[in-house]
Amino acid sequence: MSDTALLTTPLAGLHQELGARMVPFAGYQMPVQYPAGLMAEHLHTREHAGLFDVSHMGQLRIKGADAAAALETLMPVDVAGLGLGKQRYGLLLNDAGGIIDDLMFLREADDVFFLIVNGACKLGDIAHMREKIGARCTIETLPEQGLLALQGPQAAAALARLVPAVEQLVFMNGIHTDWQGTPLFITRSGYTGEDGFEISVPGDRAEALARALLAQPEVKPVGLGARNSLRLEAGLCLYGNDIDATTTPPEAGLNWAIQKVRRSGGERAGGFPGADKVLAQIADPATLTRKRVGLVALERVPVREHTPLHEAGGAAIGTITSGLLAPSLGKPIALGYLPPAFAAVGTRVDALVRGKPVPMEVAATPFLAPRYHRG
Amino acid sequence: MSIKYSKDHEWVDSSNAAAAIVGITAHAQDALGDVVFVDLPEVGKTYAAGDVAGVVESVKAASDIYMPVSGEVVEVNEQLRENPSLANTDPTGAGWFFKVKLSQADELAGLLDEAAYQDFTKA
Repeated sequence: MSDTALLTTPLAGLHQELGARMVPFAGYQMPVQYPAGLMAEHLHTREHAGLFDVSHMGQLRIKGADAAAALETLMPVDVAGLGLGKQRYGLLLNDAGGIIDDLMFLREADDVFFLIVNGACKLGDIAHMREKIGARCTIETLPEQGLLALQGPQAAAALARLVPAVEQLVFMNGIHTDWQGTPLFITRSGYTGEDGFEISVPGDRAEALARALLAQPEVKPVGLGARNSLRLEAGLCLYGNDIDATTTPPEAGLNWAIQKVRRSGGERAGGFPGADKVLAQIADPATLTRKRVGLVALERVPVREHTPLHEAGGAAIGTITSGLLAPSLGKPIALGYLPPAFAAVGTRVDALVRGKPVPMEVAATPFLAPRYHRG
Repeated sequence: MSIKYSKDHEWVDSSNAAAAIVGITAHAQDALGDVVFVDLPEVGKTYAAGDVAGVVESVKAASDIYMPVSGEVVEVNEQLRENPSLANTDPTGAGWFFKVKLSQADELAGLLDEAAYQDFTKA
């Protein structure tokens, strides 16, 4: 795709002014890093607060008396039981139980849900939802909205100076509020393992809000490079790498996202795409051929996506799907897939990096304890 | 000092006839971002110009290091192995990669001089 075909976010001018290095991502020109660099941006977010432009992500509103029930036909999660103002992690599945996208959704009203989906998947998601539930509810896209993420232990202090109402928010809750007359929709969530917020703001006010946040002493701009290293330390999946249409939630270690009410014996069991397969896998994990695991290398060599995993000194058994040298931990970490027999924490395997075996050990995730604000 | 540059963004300092010093350019380290790991060639091994002689990894990507000239590697920068960020902070000084005893000194003539390299990176 040529640069001219790339879309820009409402913050394009600000990124340029801040000296960002821009790269194509999900069809947009996005900042991968600013002059401080990935490492400094990562550590700043862990210690203070980082501001991310995530306006490339898709924002949708699904409305209708039947919206909760309709969404439950697409996702294996408890939608109907979600309280007002509460947010939850969701998975769109295909008929084989494969993950079409992962997303965050929030109940704005009894019959209104707000969704944030991955930028690279949004057009497919919208088409899929229109096809499957378009007759049952209204699917409204919000292409004019910008989306900012403010993440880090000082995010709340910085944002509360501009929007005092956020102090009352706890993790996975959201509110409609305003800043200087600009309507904002803020959730206390993010994808870095830190306390923080995602802020939906009208595109024409996104730059003003970003500037006001950057004027706070705790806040520095952070690019997609550090967003990736932060999410991997937090043990979170990157769609397209760690999960995709060929992985099911049990393979991906995402059973926690399937609430009891949707599982066998639950009040609203099944009724989602691929339910037979997914519920059978949950009932009998021995049927799985692979499982997502966390891995830590025992040598200081970064082990990246697509690196083959071998039985220690033996045959190929799996693959790395995300990997890097963790800036906060100073050691190589990764996510990958292994047969269940090799998935126990502490199991030794070899990653073949440029043909040379690098010893790795299966590790518990998250690699770094999350610091969500649970109130 | 006699420094030449390859189109793969390595520099070669051949002012010491016994062994030329090789590293990556300021331009290369800037493009890579924070260097977190370097895989250096084996001392005593002979390489031809263009061979992959090592790998430099930033937080985001891995890049091969190509041999800019043919010869035998006689020393590697152990300090760089311990502290890969030297490639960022002092790419043409303390962040050098390895020393090589040239087997075909005339290859140096085929490399870019400072002005030509500057033009090359601007293109």
